[in-house]
Amino acid sequence: MLNVGKIEEGFVLDHIDAGQSLTIYHLLQLDKLDCTVAIIKNARSNKKGKKDILKVECDINTLNLDVLALIDRNITVNVIKDGEIVAKKELTLPKEIKNVITCHNPRCITSIEQELPHIFVLSDEQKEIYRCKYCEEKYSKRRLFSKQ
Amino acid sequence: MRHLMSPLDFTKEELDALFDLAADIEKNPQLYAHKCEGKKLATCFYEPSTRTRLSFESAMLGLGGSVLGFSDAASSSASKGESVSDTIRVISCFADICAMRHPKEGAPMVAASKSSIPVINAGDGGHQHPTQTLTDLLTIRSLKGRLDDFTIGLCGDLKFGRTVHSLINALVRYDNIRFVLISPEELRVPDYITDMLKEKGIAYEECISLEDSIARLDLLYMTRVQRERFFNEEDYVRLKDFYILDKKKMELAKDDMIVLHPLPRVNEISVEVDDDPRAAYFKQVQYGVYVRMALILTLLELA
Repeated sequence: MLNVGKIEEGFVLDHIDAGQSLTIYHLLQLDKLDCTVAIIKNARSNKKGKKDILKVECDINTLNLDVLALIDRNITVNVIKDGEIVAKKELTLPKEIKNVITCHNPRCITSIEQELPHIFVLSDEQKEIYRCKYCEEKYSKRRLFSKQ
Repeated sequence: MRHLMSPLDFTKEELDALFDLAADIEKNPQLYAHKCEGKKLATCFYEPSTRTRLSFESAMLGLGGSVLGFSDAASSSASKGESVSDTIRVISCFADICAMRHPKEGAPMVAASKSSIPVINAGDGGHQHPTQTLTDLLTIRSLKGRLDDFTIGLCGDLKFGRTVHSLINALVRYDNIRFVLISPEELRVPDYITDMLKEKGIAYEECISLEDSIARLDLLYMTRVQRERFFNEEDYVRLKDFYILDKKKMELAKDDMIVLHPLPRVNEISVEVDDDPRAAYFKQVQYGVYVRMALILTLLELA
């Protein structure tokens, strides 16, 4: 069994569906952060058989995890401070997401004006549907990630 | 400061006030002939739409204001690569209110976010065309005397027809509206519209034959199959003449049914129907001017 050490401050994202950790890595834009990140793929899990885990060592106020709810609301988010779990974060769908996903509607104004932020607004929480703020193109969760 | 991006930007009560104002303008146009003296309307049309542009210009001129603008992207600085945000900041220095038509969806919203003058969405791609919806509602209210309790047939291109989507969204706010959605299989209304109707418990049916359904309609809203919405010319040619409203079909309709059409029409309403007193699509154009007059006054806070 591979051993990855404890982190002092940051997040441990547990129970990620096996294979999803890199998608999350990119969605959280962890590549842009100057911090230690451990990506553990296909770890053994009693609950799921296999799972991914992400450990991110960072100031807990610098990372916005809202986007995680888009992928899977069942991911366990442990908040770590002084090497201990101080809280488990509840994941709720963000009302608005900015520059995380891009609008693929060729008729949308964002297709020709590159400097515009890509903003999606939650239009149906139950069905997990987002709409582009500009053209209202519908993006369901499934479609969001098939085009990334 | 308010803008108009979608017909749902106004509450039912605000719409009532707007339509009351439009009705008063219709009755007493001379009372409003100088209301906008010294005010300028900019018509920023990035794609040609003579009808909508002239309707806006006629409305502003009817209020004593003046107009300036461009009528296609080639004659604007967009051809030099200027963004909508920059254009509207410049236009804000030239005019008091702006009507914007753009082929890209959401462009007027981008403009509104950077503008220091009210922006009216005069049509953005296949997305919204709120002043057409306001025109449709005012026409129905003026000719039928009410905006509730009727059966409306929407016929033709219900898939790409933004006027249809906007009208349905606006009408569901009124009581007892029944929808008959008449279209070929390929041009049915998008799922999100039927899902919304189901969710709200609003009576609707989808059918293909206009002959079979026309007899029970209080209103018939015809639409054109628009070439510019198709990526494939073959599909357009196959579907463009699917429905043609003629005298024979009108004989099946109620005596007080009215026929509306956002215009321009191509073949979907035969010219022989034009003389039928139930044909209201040219009156609709006139109501379009009144409602735009009322809108300009409202957004300029001169009402």
